[in-house]
Amino acid sequence: MNSPVLKQLYAFVRKEFYHVFRDRKTLLMLFGVPIAQVLLFGFVLSNEIKNSKIVVCDYAKDYGSQEIIRKIEASKYFKVQKATLTHDQIETAMKAGDIKMAVIFPDHFYNDLSHLNKAQIQVIADASDPNTATTITSYLTNIINDYQAEALAQNNQSYTIVPQVKMLYNPELLGAPNFVPGVMALVLMLICAMMTAVAIVKEKELGTMEILLVSPLKPYLVIIAKTIPYLLVSLLNLTAILLMSVYLLDLEIKGSVVLLFAESTLFIISCLALGLLISVGSTSQMSAMMTSQMSLMLPTMMLTGFMFPIENMPFWMQGISYIVPSRYYYTIVKAVMLQGLGFSAIWRETLVLGFITLILIVINVRSFKIRLA
Amino acid sequence: MDNNIAIKADKLTKRFGDFVAVDAITFDVKQGEIFGFVGANGAGKTTAMRILCGLSTPTSGTATVAGFDVYKDAEKIKKNIGYMSQKFSLYEDLTVMENITFYAGIYGLSDKDIKDRGAELLDRLGIAHEAKTFVGSLPLGWKQKLAFSVAVIHRPKIVFLDEPTGGVDPVTRRQFWDLIYEASDRGITVFVTTHYMDEAEYCGRVSVMVDGRIDAFDTPANLKKKFSVDSMNKVFYELARGAKRKAD
Repeated sequence: MNSPVLKQLYAFVRKEFYHVFRDRKTLLMLFGVPIAQVLLFGFVLSNEIKNSKIVVCDYAKDYGSQEIIRKIEASKYFKVQKATLTHDQIETAMKAGDIKMAVIFPDHFYNDLSHLNKAQIQVIADASDPNTATTITSYLTNIINDYQAEALAQNNQSYTIVPQVKMLYNPELLGAPNFVPGVMALVLMLICAMMTAVAIVKEKELGTMEILLVSPLKPYLVIIAKTIPYLLVSLLNLTAILLMSVYLLDLEIKGSVVLLFAESTLFIISCLALGLLISVGSTSQMSAMMTSQMSLMLPTMMLTGFMFPIENMPFWMQGISYIVPSRYYYTIVKAVMLQGLGFSAIWRETLVLGFITLILIVINVRSFKIRLA
Repeated sequence: MDNNIAIKADKLTKRFGDFVAVDAITFDVKQGEIFGFVGANGAGKTTAMRILCGLSTPTSGTATVAGFDVYKDAEKIKKNIGYMSQKFSLYEDLTVMENITFYAGIYGLSDKDIKDRGAELLDRLGIAHEAKTFVGSLPLGWKQKLAFSVAVIHRPKIVFLDEPTGGVDPVTRRQFWDLIYEASDRGITVFVTTHYMDEAEYCGRVSVMVDGRIDAFDTPANLKKKFSVDSMNKVFYELARGAKRKAD
């Protein structure tokens, strides 16, 4: 790469940044949307849940269990119903929507606790609404921790109560923490694909694209220069989303941040390529926007498993989901961010994503030649 | 290769399926000449110009621009030409100076050249005080003069102007032509398409396109003599009457 080319590139990229930072609508889109998405999904969906109806089955009926039950009853989060129900009865009650959670104290609870310093309780939550399930489970865990802390402070007893949590109906808890990877896929798709498509079509509309094609600027430079700003802005956005998740939503990033950024860059490149492809077929900014929404945003929302589990979809729809790049990205982010897995767990998804990206780039290079003819 | 010839076309043809947009046109443009390319809408002017600019490849025939073959040396041609399209071609959300810097930059001018030529350009147009004004807020006449000046900032051998004066008043058009004359005096060959016949009068030589063919090709004075009329407007009417193609 010789320096005149870099100089041309520099002049061009600088111009692109002027466009990005001078258009209020673009800025709003770039920075307002991701923030709004995260806050919306984060706070509105996982807000404090009060007065959840729960059932407490106390088989122990001893000092310890009653102490804890009193605490649960005192909490504003729960409305407690005491009954000794069997497992089947608990499930029936949950299906009828009467209770959200069941807390079961086994026989000899306090006995175990005072002699072994260790006891178990069972918690069964209705996870068909995963947000509520995780939230109320953590409320309960807090109450139990509180009890342990008090026991330690008052009697110098170090108790360990292990809640055996069982999530019914939705054991993987699709939802709550999963929206962050989903929002990441959505936002990156939106910014990279749609904004790039619109930016290029805008040059066509204005007639400046012709000037650029008549200039000695190599077509690939036009493409690179047009996409670099959106690549950078997307990485910036990604950082913002991650920071918000960590500091506002208390979601920790369990895996490697470097790996997360590397995989995101791959996904961003595939989105940019999609945006370019859309710009080839569109003659107006409006049509570019509509095409992006129909062909990219919708599949990202519907077919990545972020809003609706893919396993429950009709077979043909599952088939389509295999060619949606965000599906793989979503899986990758979930693995790295939520489960803390390394590259060895996601190399297959990475490979497929890389392959899709490569195909998109090849199609782009070919269609760009046709454009010039 | 004749050094005085800037553009040479021989039986240049462009077909789109059955439609012959440019039908075996033959002409040459001398260096430093102001060459008018006139014709009704849809006569094939823009297509012919796109071929010469390297935006489109001809179906048959030959052409050289600045001594380079349009088939083989499109990249070299691009370095030696400037282009201004009928659509206004500056970025409205960039300032005057930013537009100059951008276009000079993509033609690979050095920072010093960009600064010097930019200042010179603003001086010539008398808008040095507007360097930091957004182009979007300039009057249309200024924008077009600026667009032309930017199109020749890299000092090309030939500049192609595709209906450059659409939508401006006659006074501004006259001023625009002063700029064209200045460029021509500096040795830049000007290839201009227009359908304003008063502009055709300003050109050194004019070719009139009808239905993809060049039906007349001479100086305005000779054309008027040949058709025994007193204006280019009437010359054009005489020729265009026989046109089969409807304007698009």
